[in-house]
Amino acid sequence: MNRIEIDKLTKFYGERQVLDQIDLSVSAHEVVCLIGASGSGKSTLLRCINGLTEFDEGSVRIDGVDIYDPSFGRTGLYKKVGIVFQAYNLFPTMSVLQNITLAPIKVHGRPRAEAEAAAMKLLGLFGLEQYAKSYPEQLSGGQQQRVAIVRSLATEPEVVLLDEVTAALDPELIGEVLKIIRDLKATGMTMVIVTHEMAFARDVADRVCFLDNGRIIEQGEPRRLFSNPENPRTQKFLQRIIESGRLEAKV
Amino acid sequence: MTRRPGKGRRRIALKDRLAPVLVSLVSVVVVFGAVAYFVGSSPQWPRIQLQFFSLEAMLEAAPGVAKGFLVSLQIWLISLVCIGVWALVLAIFRAMGGPWFAPLRVFAIVYVDLFRGLPALLLVLLFGFGIPALNLPGLPKEGLFWGGIALVLSYSAYATEVYRSGIEAVHEGQSMAAKALGLTRWQTLRYAILPQALRNVVPAMLNLVVALQKDVALLSVLGVRDAVREAQIYTARTFNYSSLVVAAILFLLATIPLARLTDHLQRRDRQRRLQGAL
Ligand SMILES: Nc1ncnc2c1ncn2[C@@H]1O[C@H](COP(=O)(O)OP(=O)(O)OP(=O)(O)O)[C@@H](O)[C@H]1O
Ligand SMILES: [Mg+2]
Repeated sequence: MNRIEIDKLTKFYGERQVLDQIDLSVSAHEVVCLIGASGSGKSTLLRCINGLTEFDEGSVRIDGVDIYDPSFGRTGLYKKVGIVFQAYNLFPTMSVLQNITLAPIKVHGRPRAEAEAAAMKLLGLFGLEQYAKSYPEQLSGGQQQRVAIVRSLATEPEVVLLDEVTAALDPELIGEVLKIIRDLKATGMTMVIVTHEMAFARDVADRVCFLDNGRIIEQGEPRRLFSNPENPRTQKFLQRIIESGRLEAKV
Repeated sequence: MTRRPGKGRRRIALKDRLAPVLVSLVSVVVVFGAVAYFVGSSPQWPRIQLQFFSLEAMLEAAPGVAKGFLVSLQIWLISLVCIGVWALVLAIFRAMGGPWFAPLRVFAIVYVDLFRGLPALLLVLLFGFGIPALNLPGLPKEGLFWGGIALVLSYSAYATEVYRSGIEAVHEGQSMAAKALGLTRWQTLRYAILPQALRNVVPAMLNLVVALQKDVALLSVLGVRDAVREAQIYTARTFNYSSLVVAAILFLLATIPLARLTDHLQRRDRQRRLQGAL
Protein backbone atom coordinates (compact mmCIF):
# COMPACT_ATOMS: atom_id res chain seq x y z
CA MET A 1 0.00 0.00 0.00
CA ASN A 2 1.23 3.47 -0.83
CA ARG A 3 1.89 5.91 1.96
CA ILE A 4 0.48 8.81 -0.09
CA GLU A 5 -2.02 8.21 -2.87
CA ILE A 6 -3.15 11.25 -4.85
CA ASP A 7 -5.91 10.59 -7.34
CA LYS A 8 -7.12 13.01 -10.04
CA LEU A 9 -6.49 16.00 -7.81
CA THR A 10 -7.95 19.19 -9.31
CA LYS A 11 -7.87 22.65 -7.82
CA PHE A 12 -9.16 26.02 -8.99
CA TYR A 13 -8.42 29.46 -7.62
CA GLY A 14 -11.48 31.23 -8.97
CA GLU A 15 -11.43 30.69 -12.71
CA ARG A 16 -7.79 29.71 -12.79
CA GLN A 17 -7.04 25.99 -12.76
CA VAL A 18 -3.95 25.45 -10.62
CA LEU A 19 -3.91 21.65 -10.39
CA ASP A 20 -5.16 19.49 -13.25
CA GLN A 21 -5.95 15.84 -12.54
CA ILE A 22 -2.79 15.13 -10.59
CA ASP A 23 -2.04 11.46 -9.97
CA LEU A 24 0.85 10.72 -7.69
CA SER A 25 1.65 7.96 -5.30
CA VAL A 26 4.51 7.86 -2.87
CA SER A 27 5.45 4.64 -1.16
CA ALA A 28 6.78 4.38 2.38
CA HIS A 29 10.37 5.61 2.78
CA GLU A 30 10.33 7.15 -0.67
CA VAL A 31 11.62 10.66 -1.31
CA VAL A 32 9.88 12.49 -4.14
CA CYS A 33 11.05 15.87 -5.37
CA LEU A 34 8.68 18.23 -7.15
CA ILE A 35 10.30 20.61 -9.58
CA GLY A 36 8.80 23.12 -11.97
CA ALA A 37 8.58 26.75 -12.87
CA SER A 38 7.20 29.35 -10.49
CA GLY A 39 3.41 29.20 -10.46
CA SER A 40 3.22 25.64 -11.74
CA GLY A 41 1.35 24.57 -8.61
CA LYS A 42 4.02 22.86 -6.51
CA SER A 43 3.13 24.55 -3.22
CA THR A 44 -0.56 24.11 -3.83
CA LEU A 45 -0.10 20.39 -4.43
CA LEU A 46 1.94 20.07 -1.25
CA ARG A 47 -0.66 21.89 0.82
CA CYS A 48 -3.45 19.72 -0.53
CA ILE A 49 -1.67 16.66 0.86
CA ASN A 50 -2.06 17.76 4.49
CA GLY A 51 -5.38 19.55 4.08
CA LEU A 52 -4.02 23.10 4.42
CA THR A 53 -5.59 23.91 1.06
CA GLU A 54 -8.94 22.53 0.00
CA PHE A 55 -9.24 21.04 -3.46
CA ASP A 56 -12.16 20.78 -5.85
CA GLU A 57 -11.97 17.26 -7.21
CA GLY A 58 -10.10 14.03 -6.67
CA SER A 59 -8.80 12.57 -3.46
CA VAL A 60 -5.75 12.27 -1.26
CA ARG A 61 -5.21 9.21 0.88
CA ILE A 62 -2.61 8.61 3.53
CA ASP A 63 -1.96 4.94 4.24
CA GLY A 64 -5.13 4.15 2.35
CA VAL A 65 -7.36 6.50 4.37
CA ASP A 66 -8.90 9.57 2.75
CA ILE A 67 -7.60 12.72 4.45
CA TYR A 68 -11.18 13.86 5.06
CA ASP A 69 -12.15 10.55 6.63
CA PRO A 70 -13.66 11.11 10.09
CA SER A 71 -11.30 8.52 11.54
CA PHE A 72 -8.54 11.12 11.39
CA GLY A 73 -10.44 13.24 13.88
CA ARG A 74 -9.56 16.92 13.99
CA THR A 75 -5.84 16.49 14.47
CA GLY A 76 -4.91 13.01 13.24
CA LEU A 77 -3.84 14.16 9.80
CA TYR A 78 -1.56 16.88 11.20
CA LYS A 79 0.10 14.30 13.43
CA LYS A 80 0.79 11.99 10.50
CA VAL A 81 1.95 14.63 8.04
CA GLY A 82 4.37 17.40 8.99
CA ILE A 83 5.16 20.40 6.80
CA VAL A 84 7.99 22.93 6.67
CA PHE A 85 7.77 26.25 4.85
CA GLN A 86 10.18 28.48 3.02
CA ALA A 87 9.91 31.24 5.65
CA TYR A 88 10.39 28.83 8.64
CA ASN A 89 7.35 30.38 10.39
CA LEU A 90 8.64 29.71 13.88
CA PHE A 91 6.71 31.49 16.63
CA PRO A 92 8.94 34.43 17.63
CA THR A 93 7.57 34.83 21.16
CA MET A 94 8.45 31.25 22.07
CA SER A 95 11.80 29.64 22.69
CA VAL A 96 13.00 26.87 20.41
CA LEU A 97 11.92 24.28 22.95
CA GLN A 98 8.47 25.85 23.31
CA ASN A 99 8.07 25.97 19.54
CA ILE A 100 8.81 22.28 19.31
CA THR A 101 6.70 21.12 22.24
CA LEU A 102 3.65 23.29 21.51
CA ALA A 103 1.85 20.79 19.29
CA PRO A 104 2.76 17.65 21.26
CA ILE A 105 1.51 19.26 24.48
CA LYS A 106 -1.46 21.39 23.39
CA VAL A 107 -2.71 19.38 20.43
CA HIS A 108 -1.79 15.81 21.26
CA GLY A 109 -1.97 16.04 25.04
CA ARG A 110 1.46 14.68 25.88
CA PRO A 111 2.76 15.50 29.38
CA ARG A 112 5.13 18.44 29.33
CA ALA A 113 8.13 16.60 30.79
CA GLU A 114 7.78 13.82 28.27
CA ALA A 115 7.37 16.22 25.33
CA GLU A 116 10.40 18.23 26.42
CA ALA A 117 12.54 15.15 26.80
CA ALA A 118 11.52 14.01 23.34
CA ALA A 119 12.22 17.47 21.91
CA MET A 120 15.68 17.59 23.50
CA LYS A 121 16.42 14.18 22.05
CA LEU A 122 15.38 15.35 18.58
CA LEU A 123 17.42 18.55 18.91
CA GLY A 124 20.41 16.48 19.98
CA LEU A 125 19.98 14.20 17.00
CA PHE A 126 20.45 17.18 14.69
CA GLY A 127 23.13 18.94 16.74
CA LEU A 128 20.83 21.76 17.88
CA GLU A 129 20.51 21.10 21.61
CA GLN A 130 22.43 24.24 22.59
CA TYR A 131 19.67 26.38 21.04
CA ALA A 132 16.81 24.92 23.10
CA LYS A 133 16.38 28.05 25.20
CA SER A 134 17.11 30.54 22.41
CA TYR A 135 14.48 32.56 20.65
CA PRO A 136 14.12 32.27 16.87
CA GLU A 137 15.41 35.77 16.17
CA GLN A 138 18.68 34.92 17.90
CA LEU A 139 19.36 32.19 15.35
CA SER A 140 20.65 32.32 11.80
CA GLY A 141 18.27 31.48 8.97
CA GLY A 142 19.83 28.06 8.59
CA GLN A 143 19.46 27.34 12.31
CA GLN A 144 15.87 28.55 12.28
CA GLN A 145 15.02 26.34 9.34
CA ARG A 146 16.62 23.33 11.02
CA VAL A 147 14.56 24.06 14.13
CA ALA A 148 11.44 24.32 11.95
CA ILE A 149 12.22 20.89 10.54
CA VAL A 150 12.67 19.50 14.04
CA ARG A 151 9.35 21.10 15.03
CA SER A 152 7.61 19.28 12.18
CA LEU A 153 9.11 16.03 13.46
CA ALA A 154 7.97 16.49 17.06
CA THR A 155 4.63 14.80 16.48
CA GLU A 156 6.39 11.77 15.01
CA PRO A 157 4.88 12.15 11.54
CA GLU A 158 5.10 9.44 8.93
CA VAL A 159 5.37 11.91 6.08
CA VAL A 160 7.19 15.25 5.94
CA LEU A 161 6.43 17.86 3.27
CA LEU A 162 9.13 20.44 2.54
CA ASP A 163 8.30 23.55 0.53
CA GLU A 164 11.43 25.26 -0.80
CA VAL A 165 12.99 25.16 2.64
CA THR A 166 16.30 26.59 1.41
CA ALA A 167 14.92 29.30 -0.87
CA ALA A 168 15.13 32.06 1.76
CA LEU A 169 18.65 31.17 2.91
CA ASP A 170 22.04 32.65 2.11
CA PRO A 171 24.05 30.23 -0.02
CA GLU A 172 26.46 29.37 2.78
CA LEU A 173 23.58 28.27 5.04
CA ILE A 174 21.85 26.01 2.54
CA GLY A 175 24.23 23.11 3.12
CA GLU A 176 23.36 22.61 6.79
CA VAL A 177 19.65 22.43 5.98
CA LEU A 178 20.16 20.04 3.09
CA LYS A 179 22.24 17.86 5.40
CA ILE A 180 19.42 17.54 7.91
CA ILE A 181 17.14 16.44 5.07
CA ARG A 182 19.66 13.81 4.02
CA ASP A 183 19.84 12.62 7.63
CA LEU A 184 16.08 12.43 7.61
CA LYS A 185 16.11 10.32 4.48
CA ALA A 186 18.58 8.01 6.17
CA THR A 187 16.04 7.40 8.95
CA GLY A 188 13.60 6.21 6.31
CA MET A 189 11.28 9.21 6.42
CA THR A 190 8.80 9.51 3.57
CA MET A 191 9.18 12.97 2.06
CA VAL A 192 7.75 15.14 -0.67
CA ILE A 193 10.15 17.98 -1.37
CA VAL A 194 9.56 21.08 -3.47
CA THR A 195 12.95 22.45 -4.41
CA HIS A 196 14.89 24.58 -6.83
CA GLU A 197 18.15 22.93 -5.79
CA MET A 198 18.47 20.58 -8.73
CA ALA A 199 21.79 19.11 -7.67
CA PHE A 200 20.22 18.30 -4.30
CA ALA A 201 17.14 16.81 -5.95
CA ARG A 202 19.29 14.62 -8.14
CA ASP A 203 21.19 13.50 -5.09
CA VAL A 204 18.45 12.84 -2.56
CA ALA A 205 15.35 11.99 -4.58
CA ASP A 206 14.20 8.51 -5.42
CA ARG A 207 11.94 10.08 -7.98
CA VAL A 208 11.59 13.53 -9.49
CA CYS A 209 8.29 14.90 -10.80
CA PHE A 210 8.23 17.84 -13.17
CA LEU A 211 5.15 20.04 -12.81
CA ASP A 212 4.03 22.28 -15.58
CA ASN A 213 0.80 24.27 -15.47
CA GLY A 214 -0.73 22.10 -12.78
CA ARG A 215 0.18 18.78 -14.36
CA ILE A 216 2.92 16.28 -13.75
CA ILE A 217 4.16 16.00 -17.32
CA GLU A 218 7.21 13.92 -16.62
CA GLN A 219 8.55 11.87 -13.75
CA GLY A 220 11.25 9.37 -13.17
CA GLU A 221 14.47 8.35 -11.53
CA PRO A 222 16.53 11.57 -11.07
CA ARG A 223 19.59 10.65 -13.06
CA ARG A 224 17.48 9.62 -15.99
CA LEU A 225 15.23 12.67 -15.83
CA PHE A 226 18.02 15.18 -15.47
CA SER A 227 20.27 13.68 -18.14
CA ASN A 228 17.63 12.48 -20.57
CA PRO A 229 14.41 14.44 -20.22
CA GLU A 230 11.82 13.15 -22.69
CA ASN A 231 9.26 15.91 -22.68
CA PRO A 232 10.29 19.04 -24.62
CA ARG A 233 9.00 21.25 -21.79
CA THR A 234 11.13 19.42 -19.26
CA GLN A 235 14.08 19.83 -21.60
CA LYS A 236 13.43 23.55 -21.85
CA PHE A 237 13.03 23.96 -18.10
CA LEU A 238 16.24 22.06 -17.35
CA GLN A 239 18.07 23.96 -20.07
CA ARG A 240 17.18 27.22 -18.34
CA ILE A 241 18.30 25.81 -15.00
CA ILE A 242 21.63 24.71 -16.45
CA GLU A 243 22.13 28.12 -18.01
CA SER A 244 21.51 29.81 -14.67
CA GLY A 245 24.20 27.56 -13.23
CA ARG A 246 22.04 25.74 -10.70
CA LEU A 247 22.77 22.27 -12.06
CA GLU A 248 26.18 21.12 -13.18
CA ALA A 249 26.21 20.08 -16.81
CA LYS A 250 24.84 16.66 -17.61
CA VAL A 251 26.49 13.78 -15.81
CA MET B 1 46.64 46.74 26.25
CA THR B 2 43.21 45.30 25.98
CA ARG B 3 41.69 47.86 28.33
CA ARG B 4 42.59 50.92 26.38
CA PRO B 5 40.26 50.56 23.41
CA GLY B 6 37.43 49.75 25.83
CA LYS B 7 38.06 52.96 27.78
CA GLY B 8 38.33 55.03 24.62
CA ARG B 9 35.12 53.59 23.27
CA ARG B 10 33.27 54.40 26.43
CA ARG B 11 34.45 58.00 26.37
CA ILE B 12 33.28 58.42 22.77
CA ALA B 13 29.96 56.76 23.56
CA LEU B 14 29.39 59.17 26.44
CA LYS B 15 30.21 62.16 24.26
CA ASP B 16 27.98 60.82 21.49
CA ARG B 17 25.15 60.49 23.93
CA LEU B 18 25.64 63.87 25.56
CA ALA B 19 25.82 65.94 22.39
CA PRO B 20 22.24 65.38 21.25
CA VAL B 21 20.94 65.95 24.78
CA LEU B 22 22.75 69.29 24.93
CA VAL B 23 21.50 70.32 21.50
CA SER B 24 17.91 69.54 22.41
CA LEU B 25 18.22 71.26 25.78
CA VAL B 26 19.53 74.41 24.15
CA SER B 27 16.84 74.43 21.48
CA VAL B 28 14.09 73.85 24.03
CA VAL B 29 15.39 76.69 26.21
CA VAL B 30 15.62 79.03 23.22
CA VAL B 31 12.13 78.28 21.92
CA PHE B 32 10.38 78.45 25.28
CA GLY B 33 12.48 81.44 26.32
CA ALA B 34 11.34 83.34 23.24
CA VAL B 35 7.71 82.45 23.93
CA ALA B 36 8.09 83.49 27.58
CA TYR B 37 9.68 86.75 26.53
CA PHE B 38 6.82 87.61 24.17
CA VAL B 39 4.16 86.65 26.67
CA GLY B 40 5.97 88.43 29.47
CA SER B 41 6.26 91.64 27.47
CA SER B 42 2.50 91.78 26.92
CA PRO B 43 0.89 94.65 28.88
CA GLN B 44 -1.72 92.22 30.24
CA TRP B 45 0.88 89.85 31.66
CA PRO B 46 0.99 91.03 35.30
CA ARG B 47 -2.79 90.57 35.59
CA ILE B 48 -2.67 87.14 33.91
CA GLN B 49 0.20 86.11 36.12
CA LEU B 50 -1.76 86.94 39.22
CA GLN B 51 -4.86 85.10 38.04
CA PHE B 52 -3.21 81.96 36.61
CA PHE B 53 0.22 81.64 38.14
CA SER B 54 -0.16 83.00 41.63
CA LEU B 55 2.08 80.81 43.77
CA GLU B 56 0.04 81.59 46.82
CA ALA B 57 -3.22 80.52 45.18
CA MET B 58 -1.55 77.44 43.77
CA LEU B 59 -0.38 76.30 47.19
CA GLU B 60 -3.80 76.98 48.64
CA ALA B 61 -5.57 75.02 45.90
CA ALA B 62 -3.07 72.18 45.76
CA PRO B 63 -4.46 69.88 48.49
CA GLY B 64 -7.99 69.92 47.05
CA VAL B 65 -6.84 69.48 43.48
CA ALA B 66 -4.46 66.70 44.52
CA LYS B 67 -7.29 64.91 46.28
CA GLY B 68 -9.33 65.22 43.09
CA PHE B 69 -6.39 64.01 41.10
CA LEU B 70 -6.27 60.83 43.17
CA VAL B 71 -9.92 60.28 42.26
CA SER B 72 -8.98 60.83 38.58
CA LEU B 73 -6.16 58.32 38.89
CA GLN B 74 -8.44 55.72 40.42
CA ILE B 75 -11.06 56.11 37.70
CA TRP B 76 -8.30 56.00 35.12
CA LEU B 77 -6.69 52.80 36.40
CA ILE B 78 -9.93 50.91 36.88
CA SER B 79 -11.18 51.99 33.44
CA LEU B 80 -7.87 50.93 31.89
CA VAL B 81 -8.17 47.40 33.19
CA CYS B 82 -11.80 47.14 32.03
CA ILE B 83 -10.96 48.55 28.60
CA GLY B 84 -7.93 46.29 28.15
CA VAL B 85 -9.97 43.18 28.89
CA TRP B 86 -13.23 44.11 27.17
CA ALA B 87 -11.50 45.32 24.00
CA LEU B 88 -9.42 42.14 23.87
CA VAL B 89 -12.59 40.07 24.09
CA LEU B 90 -14.11 42.07 21.23
CA ALA B 91 -10.95 41.77 19.13
CA ILE B 92 -10.97 38.00 19.68
CA PHE B 93 -14.62 37.87 18.59
CA ARG B 94 -13.56 39.53 15.36
CA ALA B 95 -10.54 37.31 14.83
CA MET B 96 -12.30 33.99 15.34
CA GLY B 97 -13.36 32.41 12.07
CA GLY B 98 -16.16 30.00 11.35
CA PRO B 99 -19.96 30.21 11.34
CA TRP B 100 -20.23 29.74 15.11
CA PHE B 101 -18.61 33.06 15.73
CA ALA B 102 -20.49 34.96 13.02
CA PRO B 103 -22.98 36.58 15.45
CA LEU B 104 -20.20 37.63 17.81
CA ARG B 105 -18.19 38.99 14.91
CA VAL B 106 -21.13 41.08 13.74
CA PHE B 107 -21.70 42.25 17.30
CA ALA B 108 -18.08 43.41 17.58
CA ILE B 109 -18.26 45.26 14.25
CA VAL B 110 -21.51 47.04 15.13
CA TYR B 111 -20.16 47.84 18.59
CA VAL B 112 -17.02 49.48 17.27
CA ASP B 113 -18.90 51.45 14.62
CA LEU B 114 -21.39 52.68 17.18
CA PHE B 115 -19.08 53.70 19.99
CA ARG B 116 -16.37 55.11 17.78
CA GLY B 117 -18.98 57.24 16.07
CA LEU B 118 -20.22 58.95 19.24
CA PRO B 119 -18.37 61.67 21.15
CA ALA B 120 -17.19 60.46 24.55
CA LEU B 121 -18.74 63.52 26.19
CA LEU B 122 -22.15 62.65 24.75
CA LEU B 123 -21.87 59.10 26.08
CA VAL B 124 -20.82 60.35 29.50
CA LEU B 125 -23.85 62.67 29.63
CA LEU B 126 -26.24 60.01 28.33
CA PHE B 127 -25.05 57.33 30.72
CA GLY B 128 -24.29 59.57 33.68
CA PHE B 129 -27.62 61.41 33.71
CA GLY B 130 -29.82 59.08 31.68
CA ILE B 131 -29.43 55.70 33.34
CA PRO B 132 -29.69 56.87 36.97
CA ALA B 133 -32.84 58.77 35.95
CA LEU B 134 -34.42 55.50 34.78
CA ASN B 135 -34.41 54.36 38.42
CA LEU B 136 -33.73 50.77 37.47
CA PRO B 137 -33.90 48.55 40.54
CA GLY B 138 -30.67 46.82 41.53
CA LEU B 139 -28.39 49.07 39.49
CA PRO B 140 -26.09 51.71 40.96
CA LYS B 141 -27.22 55.30 40.62
CA GLU B 142 -23.97 57.21 40.99
CA GLY B 143 -22.89 59.35 38.08
CA LEU B 144 -19.34 58.23 38.76
CA PHE B 145 -20.18 54.60 38.02
CA TRP B 146 -22.14 55.26 34.84
CA GLY B 147 -19.74 57.89 33.59
CA GLY B 148 -16.96 55.35 34.05
CA ILE B 149 -18.98 52.79 32.11
CA ALA B 150 -19.42 55.32 29.30
CA LEU B 151 -15.66 55.90 29.14
CA VAL B 152 -14.97 52.17 29.10
CA LEU B 153 -17.51 51.55 26.34
CA SER B 154 -16.17 54.40 24.24
CA TYR B 155 -12.47 53.68 24.64
CA SER B 156 -12.96 49.94 24.16
CA ALA B 157 -14.05 50.67 20.60
CA TYR B 158 -10.72 52.34 19.84
CA ALA B 159 -8.73 49.75 21.76
CA THR B 160 -10.47 46.94 19.85
CA GLU B 161 -9.26 48.48 16.61
CA VAL B 162 -5.74 48.76 17.98
CA TYR B 163 -5.76 45.09 18.99
CA ARG B 164 -7.21 44.17 15.61
CA SER B 165 -4.52 46.00 13.68
CA GLY B 166 -1.95 44.23 15.84
CA ILE B 167 -3.53 40.85 15.10
CA GLU B 168 -3.72 41.53 11.39
CA ALA B 169 -0.10 42.68 11.29
CA VAL B 170 1.05 39.20 12.31
CA HIS B 171 2.25 37.41 9.19
CA GLU B 172 -0.22 34.88 7.81
CA GLY B 173 2.54 32.27 7.71
CA GLN B 174 2.16 32.10 11.49
CA SER B 175 -1.47 31.01 11.23
CA MET B 176 -0.58 28.53 8.52
CA ALA B 177 2.20 27.00 10.60
CA ALA B 178 -0.13 26.78 13.60
CA LYS B 179 -2.84 25.15 11.54
CA ALA B 180 -0.36 22.67 10.09
CA LEU B 181 0.61 21.74 13.65
CA GLY B 182 -3.04 20.98 14.38
CA LEU B 183 -3.82 23.96 16.61
CA THR B 184 -7.44 25.10 16.70
CA ARG B 185 -8.24 28.68 15.68
CA TRP B 186 -8.45 29.60 19.35
CA GLN B 187 -5.13 27.93 20.19
CA THR B 188 -3.57 29.66 17.20
CA LEU B 189 -4.71 33.02 18.53
CA ARG B 190 -3.82 32.24 22.10
CA TYR B 191 -0.31 30.84 21.57
CA ALA B 192 0.90 32.18 18.22
CA ILE B 193 -0.91 35.37 17.22
CA LEU B 194 -1.89 37.26 20.38
CA PRO B 195 1.54 37.26 22.06
CA GLN B 196 3.02 38.90 18.97
CA ALA B 197 0.04 41.21 18.49
CA LEU B 198 0.17 42.45 22.09
CA ARG B 199 3.86 43.15 21.78
CA ASN B 200 3.23 45.12 18.60
CA VAL B 201 0.40 47.28 19.91
CA VAL B 202 2.11 48.67 23.03
CA PRO B 203 2.94 52.09 21.51
CA ALA B 204 -0.52 52.57 19.97
CA MET B 205 -2.16 51.48 23.23
CA LEU B 206 -0.06 53.93 25.19
CA ASN B 207 -1.57 56.77 23.18
CA LEU B 208 -5.00 55.62 24.30
CA VAL B 209 -3.81 55.29 27.89
CA VAL B 210 -2.64 58.91 27.90
CA ALA B 211 -5.75 60.14 26.08
CA LEU B 212 -7.96 58.35 28.58
CA GLN B 213 -6.20 59.95 31.49
CA LYS B 214 -7.19 63.31 30.12
CA ASP B 215 -10.72 62.28 29.21
CA VAL B 216 -11.38 61.17 32.77
CA ALA B 217 -11.90 64.92 33.26
CA LEU B 218 -15.13 64.55 31.25
CA LEU B 219 -16.70 62.96 34.33
CA SER B 220 -16.48 66.35 36.04
CA VAL B 221 -19.63 67.35 34.12
CA LEU B 222 -21.46 64.72 36.20
CA GLY B 223 -20.25 66.34 39.39
CA VAL B 224 -17.56 63.74 40.03
CA ARG B 225 -14.97 65.51 42.17
CA ASP B 226 -11.89 64.80 40.10
CA ALA B 227 -8.90 67.11 39.66
CA VAL B 228 -10.62 69.40 37.15
CA ARG B 229 -13.79 69.64 39.22
CA GLU B 230 -11.85 70.45 42.37
CA ALA B 231 -9.91 73.10 40.47
CA GLN B 232 -13.15 74.62 39.20
CA ILE B 233 -14.58 74.66 42.68
CA TYR B 234 -11.58 76.63 43.88
CA THR B 235 -11.87 79.02 40.93
CA ALA B 236 -15.56 79.61 41.58
CA ARG B 237 -14.81 80.44 45.21
CA THR B 238 -11.80 82.72 44.70
CA PHE B 239 -12.06 83.94 41.09
CA ASN B 240 -8.45 82.78 40.67
CA TYR B 241 -7.52 80.29 37.95
CA SER B 242 -4.20 79.09 39.39
CA SER B 243 -5.90 75.91 40.55
CA LEU B 244 -6.35 74.91 36.89
CA VAL B 245 -2.61 75.27 36.36
CA VAL B 246 -2.05 73.01 39.35
CA ALA B 247 -4.31 70.42 37.74
CA ALA B 248 -2.43 70.80 34.44
CA ILE B 249 0.90 70.22 36.17
CA LEU B 250 -0.43 67.11 37.88
CA PHE B 251 -1.64 65.68 34.57
CA LEU B 252 1.72 66.31 32.95
CA LEU B 253 3.55 64.78 35.91
CA ALA B 254 1.56 61.60 35.38
CA THR B 255 1.66 61.30 31.59
CA ILE B 256 5.24 62.22 30.75
CA PRO B 257 6.89 59.56 32.94
CA LEU B 258 4.37 57.10 31.53
CA ALA B 259 5.65 57.66 28.03
CA ARG B 260 9.25 57.26 29.19
CA LEU B 261 8.37 54.11 31.12
CA THR B 262 6.84 52.50 28.08
CA ASP B 263 9.86 53.32 25.95
CA HIS B 264 12.00 51.71 28.59
CA LEU B 265 9.85 48.58 28.85
CA GLN B 266 9.90 48.08 25.11
CA ARG B 267 13.65 48.46 24.97
CA ARG B 268 14.16 46.03 27.82
CA ASP B 269 11.83 43.51 26.23
CA ARG B 270 13.74 43.69 22.97
CA GLN B 271 17.06 43.25 24.74
CA ARG B 272 15.84 40.31 26.78
CA ARG B 273 14.82 38.54 23.62
CA LEU B 274 18.05 39.38 21.87
CA GLN B 275 20.29 38.14 24.67
CA GLY B 276 18.00 35.33 25.73
CA ALA B 277 19.72 32.33 27.27
CA LEU B 278 22.37 31.89 24.66
N1 LIG C 1 -4.35 31.89 -2.24
C1 LIG C 1 -4.33 32.00 -3.60
N2 LIG C 1 -5.29 32.66 -4.26
C2 LIG C 1 -5.28 32.76 -5.61
N3 LIG C 1 -4.35 32.21 -6.39
C3 LIG C 1 -3.37 31.53 -5.80
C4 LIG C 1 -3.29 31.38 -4.39
N4 LIG C 1 -2.20 30.65 -4.09
C5 LIG C 1 -1.62 30.36 -5.26
N5 LIG C 1 -2.32 30.88 -6.29
C6 LIG C 1 -1.99 30.73 -7.71
O1 LIG C 1 -1.88 29.36 -8.02
C7 LIG C 1 -0.80 29.13 -8.88
C8 LIG C 1 0.13 28.09 -8.31
O2 LIG C 1 0.70 28.61 -7.14
P1 LIG C 1 1.75 27.81 -6.29
O3 LIG C 1 2.09 28.65 -5.12
O4 LIG C 1 1.24 26.45 -6.01
O5 LIG C 1 2.98 27.75 -7.30
P2 LIG C 1 4.44 27.23 -7.05
O6 LIG C 1 4.70 26.20 -8.10
O7 LIG C 1 4.60 26.82 -5.64
O8 LIG C 1 5.29 28.51 -7.36
P3 LIG C 1 6.63 29.05 -6.64
O9 LIG C 1 7.75 28.25 -7.22
O10 LIG C 1 6.69 30.49 -7.06
O11 LIG C 1 6.45 28.86 -5.18
C9 LIG C 1 -0.13 30.46 -9.13
O12 LIG C 1 -0.55 30.96 -10.37
C10 LIG C 1 -0.64 31.33 -8.02
O13 LIG C 1 -0.77 32.65 -8.48
MG1 LIG D 1 5.70 27.63 -3.97
